[in-house]
Amino acid sequence: MNRLTYIGIFFAVLIIAAAIFAPWIATHDIATQNLGNRFAPPSSSYWFGTDALGRDIFSRVVFGARISLEVGITVVAVSAVIGILIGAIAGYFGGWVDAFLSGYVFNVFLAFPGLLLAIALVAFLGAGLGKLILALCIIGWVGYARVMRGQVLKVREYEFVQAARALGASNLRIILTHILPNSIQPLIVQASLGMAGAVLSEASLSFLGLGIPPPAPSWGTMIEEARNYFAVYPHTLLFPGLAIAVTVLAFNFIGDGLREYLDPKQRER
Amino acid sequence: MLNGINRFLRQLTLTLLVVWTAVSLVTLLIELVPGSPASAILGETATAEQIANFNARHGLDKPAFFVGYDSKNGLVWHGLTNRYADYWKSLLRGDLGRSFRTDRPVAEMIAERYPATLKLAIAAMLVAIGIALPLGVLAGSRRGSIIDNFASFIALLGISLPTFVIGPFLVYIFSVKLGWFAPTGSLYPDDIVLPAITLGAALSAILTRMIRSSIIEELGEDYVRTARAKGLSERTVIYKHVLKNGLIPVVTILGLQLGVLLAGSIITEKIFSWQGLGLLLLEDGIGKRDYRLVQGCVLVISVTYIVANLLTDFVYRWLDPRIRLS
Repeated sequence: MNRLTYIGIFFAVLIIAAAIFAPWIATHDIATQNLGNRFAPPSSSYWFGTDALGRDIFSRVVFGARISLEVGITVVAVSAVIGILIGAIAGYFGGWVDAFLSGYVFNVFLAFPGLLLAIALVAFLGAGLGKLILALCIIGWVGYARVMRGQVLKVREYEFVQAARALGASNLRIILTHILPNSIQPLIVQASLGMAGAVLSEASLSFLGLGIPPPAPSWGTMIEEARNYFAVYPHTLLFPGLAIAVTVLAFNFIGDGLREYLDPKQRER
Repeated sequence: MLNGINRFLRQLTLTLLVVWTAVSLVTLLIELVPGSPASAILGETATAEQIANFNARHGLDKPAFFVGYDSKNGLVWHGLTNRYADYWKSLLRGDLGRSFRTDRPVAEMIAERYPATLKLAIAAMLVAIGIALPLGVLAGSRRGSIIDNFASFIALLGISLPTFVIGPFLVYIFSVKLGWFAPTGSLYPDDIVLPAITLGAALSAILTRMIRSSIIEELGEDYVRTARAKGLSERTVIYKHVLKNGLIPVVTILGLQLGVLLAGSIITEKIFSWQGLGLLLLEDGIGKRDYRLVQGCVLVISVTYIVANLLTDFVYRWLDPRIRLS
């Protein structure tokens, strides 16, 4: 794996640790307002300064990691399970099932601009964490389904799968114990890139006011709140912005690195 | 030839299916609105008569779909007078309904804003090409050099930094500190510069990477060796031979990305208060719960996106005979 992958892993671990240990890392309460100390620049007591309500930005960014990762992990887990299931069905059964799923359903979801679909869903359903996650899962599953279908088509012709079938193993058993373990590598790549995508989408929707409503310290919401003041107090926008960029970059590095590592053709280059 | 027609028909069928799904989704999503659109628009103090009038005016008194379900009768057949069929009927006449808020035709409201969004998307694309072409060619032809590493770094940054971080910082540098451009608005010609860079940043990053790898791939081809062997300068080899072939995949990305830019301009429009379709959707549509307007905006943006994809596919095939034949 290349150097960037390790950098990615380093930052991903850092962000995960921040999310887990947020209550111990945070230096201030994230909700306490201090109107006498608005827009304080970064200092030794407020490492990233304070926002328009005098809240500590460092602590809010740290707690923001929780929201981002919560959304990211849930979206990746749910859409991976749904996608793997549907992709496996399409690839394994083939015929009209595959024609309908990969020929129509997959293409419909791929032909639709993902963020717009999420915006439309949230616009009609209303904002909130649960609905945001639902919307991101609806746009996210198809990536896994496509990867899984491709893998199944490849793996199901292998001899050990033929042997299992000859021994009378059920379809479900063959899919779960033989095909899935052999398809896991590209799925991990997809999950890592999906994590970056979900974090970015959550921040985008929150920035548009369609994600997690304030006062929750979502990075996107923090940027939206800072939008009116950053011209004078750029630090209010800089740190949540950096947090998003670093997180997205980290998971993209890991995804790209793994893909290269798992694909010998790419590795030679 | 027959093969080509077949492929065309299949692609067209798929596109029509996608459009049909998009319309159905948008039509039926409105049913998910918590409460009723009438009470959301008219407020809690509205009388029953006002609500009934509103519903009759916007066709909301009819059943939602061909079939419905109620606890007493189970599945009920509503016949052809339902909201889903109505929406289709008016859509085929180019009518997107009337705004719940302003009572103006939604198609008219969208037509007013569409050019601004299209202008922004095209400007963003030009910015992206302007950055990516020289950077990608330099990086690809001098693989491993400082320029290559620099280009890769810039590309990574462009891909990872969200629009809503890039935008405000461009404003901070070029409006607040340097005073070159207005921070927001779409009144004067040069107001488009910052939004176009913001929207085009991600695309320029993707394009730089693509052009780079495309150039690297083409440089390994036999015709390049021949061209060099007959004494052509490296400049001629790259600009007259390699670039021509290397740009084929880039064209696809460009077309696909025009759709992405149109859909993605929502965020950029919000940052810069750019009076386009995205801002119409966000502020007048979602912000004021004008669901009819939301339907129209989502539909127009997604159909534009889908059609852009279809067209790219054809241009791509037409450009590269190898793809046409296979």
